[in-house]
Amino acid sequence: MAKVAYYPGCALEGSGGPYDRSTRAVVKALSLHMENLRDYNCCGAMEVKNVHPMLQTYLSSRNLAIASEQMGFDTVMAPCNGCYHNLKKAEFELATSEDALETVQDLAKKADDPVYKGDVRTVHLLEWLMEELGTEGVKSRIKKSLEGIKVANYYGCMYTRPRQIFPEKDQGEGSESSYKPHFMDDLLGAAGVENVDFPLRTACCGGAHTLSDADTSTQLVLNLLQAAEDSGAEVIATECPTCHSGLEMHQIRAEKVFGIKTNVKIVYFTQLLGLAMGLSPRKLGVHENISDSIDFFKQKGVI
Amino acid sequence: MAIHEKSLIDAERLKTNDSLVIDGVDVSGHWNTMITPRTLRNYEEKFEETIQSYGGENVHRCWQCGSCTNSCTMYAQNVNFNPRYWIYLTRLGLKDELIKDKDIIWQCVSCNKCTNICPKDVRPENVMKAIAHWMEEEGITEETPSTKFDNEFWDQINKRGRIEDGEVLANFFKKTGQSLKQDWLIEMIKRMMKHLPITHLFHSGMHAVFKPKTKSWGKTGKVLEAYVKEQKEAAHG
Repeated sequence: MAKVAYYPGCALEGSGGPYDRSTRAVVKALSLHMENLRDYNCCGAMEVKNVHPMLQTYLSSRNLAIASEQMGFDTVMAPCNGCYHNLKKAEFELATSEDALETVQDLAKKADDPVYKGDVRTVHLLEWLMEELGTEGVKSRIKKSLEGIKVANYYGCMYTRPRQIFPEKDQGEGSESSYKPHFMDDLLGAAGVENVDFPLRTACCGGAHTLSDADTSTQLVLNLLQAAEDSGAEVIATECPTCHSGLEMHQIRAEKVFGIKTNVKIVYFTQLLGLAMGLSPRKLGVHENISDSIDFFKQKGVI
Repeated sequence: MAIHEKSLIDAERLKTNDSLVIDGVDVSGHWNTMITPRTLRNYEEKFEETIQSYGGENVHRCWQCGSCTNSCTMYAQNVNFNPRYWIYLTRLGLKDELIKDKDIIWQCVSCNKCTNICPKDVRPENVMKAIAHWMEEEGITEETPSTKFDNEFWDQINKRGRIEDGEVLANFFKKTGQSLKQDWLIEMIKRMMKHLPITHLFHSGMHAVFKPKTKSWGKTGKVLEAYVKEQKEAAHG
């Protein structure tokens, strides 16, 4: 079984803590193996590229080089869409532009950092779980089916766009689709949930301007929350800490500033998966979510 | 050649006549408003190159299909947010027209729907950011909230290799003169505390005092800073 270097990134170290805890708990319970990416740096999220695009490329190449040159790993696994996107983008750019590769290697030498040489790939947690276990593998570990829970799977922007930087997607049977991603649907479906047909699965939550243009973000998040409720969902499953915090935050902001209340719960897909595997909600950080789903899960007999 | 846009017809060039008969046809009133023709002289031929130097390298590839605007998240919020049109203006060097939209261009949310769908690999998202940065650099707009946020982010990475999201939030609110005591923020913190085990509060507190840090960061921040400075000087003088 392949071992991966786990890159949690800054969000999972801070506000996305429940995602980090539930990821670790689920990975352990599934007997998969990962090792922390040693002394990683921030990927620059969506912000740093606006200061200069090379900064974003360099920050990601440094992380990839730590995995391959210092740890001897050929795969980095990131559960955060922002980190995942930036690593994939660096991978793509450095494979297609010799100039960019030269600049990155030159900067690394100047900074006494490990030098990126390629030979290392990035996968999202969703992709890793599908690759290692698939739906059948997950099904065999389910102790408490989540039957009767209606879920809208929300993938956001950075997991699939722009499709050019994800050459392994859209390769037919078994691969992820950039147009209509389904890996989270597949995994949670295996855990027993009822996936609703959610049209805004890859719509934008305004995460890049979640604070700097808060009214726009609140509108975009409200679109998602209301569309999910209209689709019959009780829960929105997330696979990105920025989307997750944005949804939680602007759900409250919509209520307090605009007087529009929505009831759909916002839960990390790893928390749902963990509950179905019989792990305790505390271990999965369900208590730490701002969107309070404890009573809901009790009502459904899950906890 | 490029498609003309309705909004090129300015309000001040519309003429209505209370009473006008031409060749025996009554053309008075508002229903058949006349438009004063104009000749454009205030274009800048090299403007496209300027935007390219700010990161919109592929803007010249555009063939005006409009897929970017059609797919745009912000266009659905505000029909004046029109990437195709701004790319058109950039290519023709019509800076004055572009400047009319200066207060909204920075609002691009980087959802990448445009870059994803563009058949010519124009990467319109890069072009939007390039235009917004050119406007700031030229003093056409003040530093936008988005740029303040970006800089706060980079400052922390530059220093420590990582960010601490609580600090980003607090500093951003300070820089933009917003209160931390907003109703919705207080409500959010209340809900956050509802079930939170006390050990986690302790953990968050420690996290805010002892900021996350990349130990091997060494001179990486300095090297990157010098590189960016050199690149910007070479591109914009």
